[in-house]
Amino acid sequence: MSVSFGPSNPLLGFVHRRRRGAELFLLVLALAVGVGAYAAVGVGVEDTVPADLFGYGGWLAGLIVAAHLVVRFVAPYADPVLLPVVAALNGLGLAVIHRLDLADDTHFASRQLIWMTVGVGLFIGTLLLLRDHRVLTRFTYTSGLAAIVLLLMPMMPIVGTSKRGAKIWIEVGGLSFQPGEVAKVMLVIAFAGYLVLHRDALALAGRRVLFVDLPRGRDLGPILGMWLVSLGILVFQRDLGSSLLFFGLFLVMLYVATERAGWLVVGSTLFVLGATAGYFAFGHVRERFEIWLHPFTYYKTGDASLPSSDQLVDARFGFGWGGLIGRGFGGGDPQLVPFAESDFILSSIGEELGLTGMVAVLLMYGLIVERALRAALISREGFGKLLAAGLGAVIALQVFVVAGGVTGLIPLTGLTTPFLSYGGSSLVANWVIAALLLRVSDLARRPIPDLSSDDEDADESATQVIKVAR
Amino acid sequence: MSELTLLLVRIAYLAVLWIFVLSAISVIRSDMFGARVPETARGQAAGRTKEKKAKPPPKRRGAPTHVLVTEGSNAGERADLASAPVLIGRGNDAAIRLDDDYVSTRHARIAASGDQWFVEDLGSTNGTYIGTVRITQPTTITLGTQVRIGKTIVELRK
Repeated sequence: MSVSFGPSNPLLGFVHRRRRGAELFLLVLALAVGVGAYAAVGVGVEDTVPADLFGYGGWLAGLIVAAHLVVRFVAPYADPVLLPVVAALNGLGLAVIHRLDLADDTHFASRQLIWMTVGVGLFIGTLLLLRDHRVLTRFTYTSGLAAIVLLLMPMMPIVGTSKRGAKIWIEVGGLSFQPGEVAKVMLVIAFAGYLVLHRDALALAGRRVLFVDLPRGRDLGPILGMWLVSLGILVFQRDLGSSLLFFGLFLVMLYVATERAGWLVVGSTLFVLGATAGYFAFGHVRERFEIWLHPFTYYKTGDASLPSSDQLVDARFGFGWGGLIGRGFGGGDPQLVPFAESDFILSSIGEELGLTGMVAVLLMYGLIVERALRAALISREGFGKLLAAGLGAVIALQVFVVAGGVTGLIPLTGLTTPFLSYGGSSLVANWVIAALLLRVSDLARRPIPDLSSDDEDADESATQVIKVAR
Repeated sequence: MSELTLLLVRIAYLAVLWIFVLSAISVIRSDMFGARVPETARGQAAGRTKEKKAKPPPKRRGAPTHVLVTEGSNAGERADLASAPVLIGRGNDAAIRLDDDYVSTRHARIAASGDQWFVEDLGSTNGTYIGTVRITQPTTITLGTQVRIGKTIVELRK
């Protein structure tokens, strides 16, 4: 089935523009968001505009301009909104971390800036090296294996370390790293590569059991194995947030690939079963549920044998104190919440920028996810669709789990807030996700090559051949 | 700093944040409908590509120069990309004629757009595959991408 892409095709009348100018305009605004927050922190906390404002702003501007130039040259049709939103979130996160640094006398912000530089470097590297994301289909099983190895690394004797009850870190030469963050990107690539080949078999072949078409074991087997192994490792490592993320990711990608709503039913049932089993099997899951349901019972009990809900309740006081427009940078006490710079950065934002700032931040995440799904919709081939949808789902699930946990909608599970939280591995991995999304959207928005004039030439030469034959 | 200044800084920053979000949304809104290419502009674009064909663009280092049949009954046969588009099939007008029963008379075509090469299926019976994926629209290929046509495999070579 060949589709003619000649001028008669109404689809060809619609082409995406490059929009690099719009991207640059938004990037200038994003820079204003980042540097403005830094200046506001200086004014609010130290009563003066920070002395290194121009150095800091110059550094951020340099990173942003470098990323923009690379996008302009190697991905000219890429989505114009993704990079600015990512840059704005990262800039805002840096300023909030800096504000907590000033209160706690720590130095997370400068390290986060170094990680951001590394992240932008990887973003540029990904765009430069990966000119066509379909190359990644060659590494379907390799990246699946790599994801599992990465997830296993924290349990290895020398490199693995345990922090705050979760064995999800490796430490090499004083640098700690969370391999799970990279594993999630690898797993999306592996799922997308596998599903794009087997989705027809998964969707059509198989038996119907209780209103749900179950696929054949040989089609579902490899991916189910990959997923169960990674999920098992995470449960074993007591990393609830990531288990939830991987579970949701697998379901979303299976649903996108097969277009069968039955998977969502099966998945939700499995989730309820798994959560119930987890509740009865693991003490720490039960504790999480307990302090979620009755946070004030466990607030500042002073009893070490009871679980503590200090973090949750302090965060909620922060939100309440922030109100509609917040206390302003330096006007609140977000440092009172433990781990305010990583897991609970949203509570700092809620306290100092208020509901108005919170909604803006959540909208920015919404925009990232929307652009990812848009890229998936307009992508012309299956792998790009699955990759973009999967990466969008990763961001969406992660934000939901974190924001839901911090605001008390769902039980708290530790995950980083993409681009905002302090944490090098997460930041770097998310910049790579941004690069992959830009690559998919670039190929998706690039106009279909107009080969119709060639067609006419070919026809003309063909008729000439016949004339000569006569 | 006075209380008033701090209040103004606070509100100004929230304004900056929202100006950013709303601008991003307005860019998305204007992006939604893309750019409708007027007929005349497209005609010009087509004319431009024709001019380009008359005067081929300067060859970049590492750009493919020919199509080579690497597997199948006609292995070793090649066609120069200078005479693009390259038609592949069983017919007499094909630049690469394949004696392969599974190949259609006019099976596929390799053509250039800019400095990229595309392979397009011309409505063949058995389809054109890249890897294991049957292509349904012009698809980019690079050096060494294996394009399967019937029982034959062709690729771009330097």
